[in-house]
Amino acid sequence: MITGHLLSAADLSKDEALNLLSTAKELAAITDGPNKKLPTLRGKTVVNLFFEDSTRTRISFETAAKRLSADVINFSAKGSSVSKGESLKDTAQTLQAMGADAVVIRHGSSGAAKRLADTQWIQAAIINAGDGTHEHPTQALLDAFTIKQHLRNDKSDLTGIRVLIVGDILHSRVARSNVLLLTKLGAQVVLVAPPTLLPVGVGDWPVEISYDLDSQIEKCDVVMMLRIQLERMADSFFPTEREYSRRYGLNSARLAKLSKSAIVMHPGPMNRGLEISADSADDLKSVIIDQVKNGVAVRMAVLYELLGGAQIGDSK
Amino acid sequence: MSILLSSSDIDRAIKRISHEILEHNQGITNLVLMGIPTRGAYLADRISAFITEIEGPVATGVLDITLHRDDLRLRPPKPLLPTKLPPGGIEGKDLVLVDDVLFSGRTIRAALDAIGELGRPRSVQLAVLVDRGHRELPIRADYVGKNIPTSKSESVKVHLSEYDNEDLVELIK
Repeated sequence: MITGHLLSAADLSKDEALNLLSTAKELAAITDGPNKKLPTLRGKTVVNLFFEDSTRTRISFETAAKRLSADVINFSAKGSSVSKGESLKDTAQTLQAMGADAVVIRHGSSGAAKRLADTQWIQAAIINAGDGTHEHPTQALLDAFTIKQHLRNDKSDLTGIRVLIVGDILHSRVARSNVLLLTKLGAQVVLVAPPTLLPVGVGDWPVEISYDLDSQIEKCDVVMMLRIQLERMADSFFPTEREYSRRYGLNSARLAKLSKSAIVMHPGPMNRGLEISADSADDLKSVIIDQVKNGVAVRMAVLYELLGGAQIGDSK
Repeated sequence: MSILLSSSDIDRAIKRISHEILEHNQGITNLVLMGIPTRGAYLADRISAFITEIEGPVATGVLDITLHRDDLRLRPPKPLLPTKLPPGGIEGKDLVLVDDVLFSGRTIRAALDAIGELGRPRSVQLAVLVDRGHRELPIRADYVGKNIPTSKSESVKVHLSEYDNEDLVELIK
């Protein structure tokens, strides 16, 4: 069981991660039933503190918290005092004064979640929902859950599964968290990207590197396409979008080369026609909608483990 | 530490409870057994196996109650165990909950809530291997292996061979 905060996929041991995934599986089964709501977190308050735009992560956390009967407060930087220049510290102390039990934070700066967890600004459990280009641990958990659901049975880890992560590794917190978690669970991870979109020091990661998607596509079990983050593309990392799409995009020709059981993943939001073609995104091999559905179950499991039991400071 | 039930005592209790369940429900047609993990689930399996021997197969499942416990806030969170619904579900059935020890009654209260989430059985009955008293809620068992008066400071420990490598009920002072 995990305690305290969830800041990085690196904080999870292999057993903790597998435990979370099996808890998520049970919760998914329960919420598939006629009554989707559980009383477990009644009286707890979860704050979604979103300094960056998000559709699925915020809605997913909100749904997860509500299915466990927690109260949810949504905070987005737009339309709040942050746009008047309020600091993270003051915002956190405001939330503390209002009695938040958990804070789900998405922030443009790497390390923002850890900053909240390490200071005394707020006593709540901190869940990192994406910090800059650093990490997005619940996305990695839901990806691991989805891979397990499609390619592995109950008990086992991901040993022997070969995962291609294709695209903008440099800016991708999803890629970082996935590398940490999937390799810990035994999967083989291959990063496929143009050299300009690989981070410095990637040679020390426990992964293979390739610049050529076509040489890798036939021998993988999972192909995970990353979004080209057009908002972070101020420098010219590749000549044109069209050239990127031809060399690193998933199209129907590459889709046809995948092995029979292979699955296609994308953390969303997709740039259809850039990193993934519309027919690939809608193909039977695509599990992108499953990823969204599993996100709710995985986040329920995280909230349950962090908030479900006795907390530090609770009276006995 | 003293031994309250031996392996053969447990065996006889399970057989008697099985007969009582059949007698009370007039057979297996509308019957569903739901064991509460960990040991209640094994007991439900044993009762199910014995009923299968004498009358035929009976629908049997497992009911995890962790999320409905009222003492969740008082101790660290526990991992969830699988809930397994029998193929026919529980809607309109006569459902027999099976657990190892009946004590405060809080586990059973949580189980009743968990059942409410899954459907609406026609009736809910309770079978336990040991009733040790000290109820904190208005709950009683319909089928009891053995009533054992205890003091609150003692504890009753059930060992089942499926999980603990031996069949034994002991009283720990």
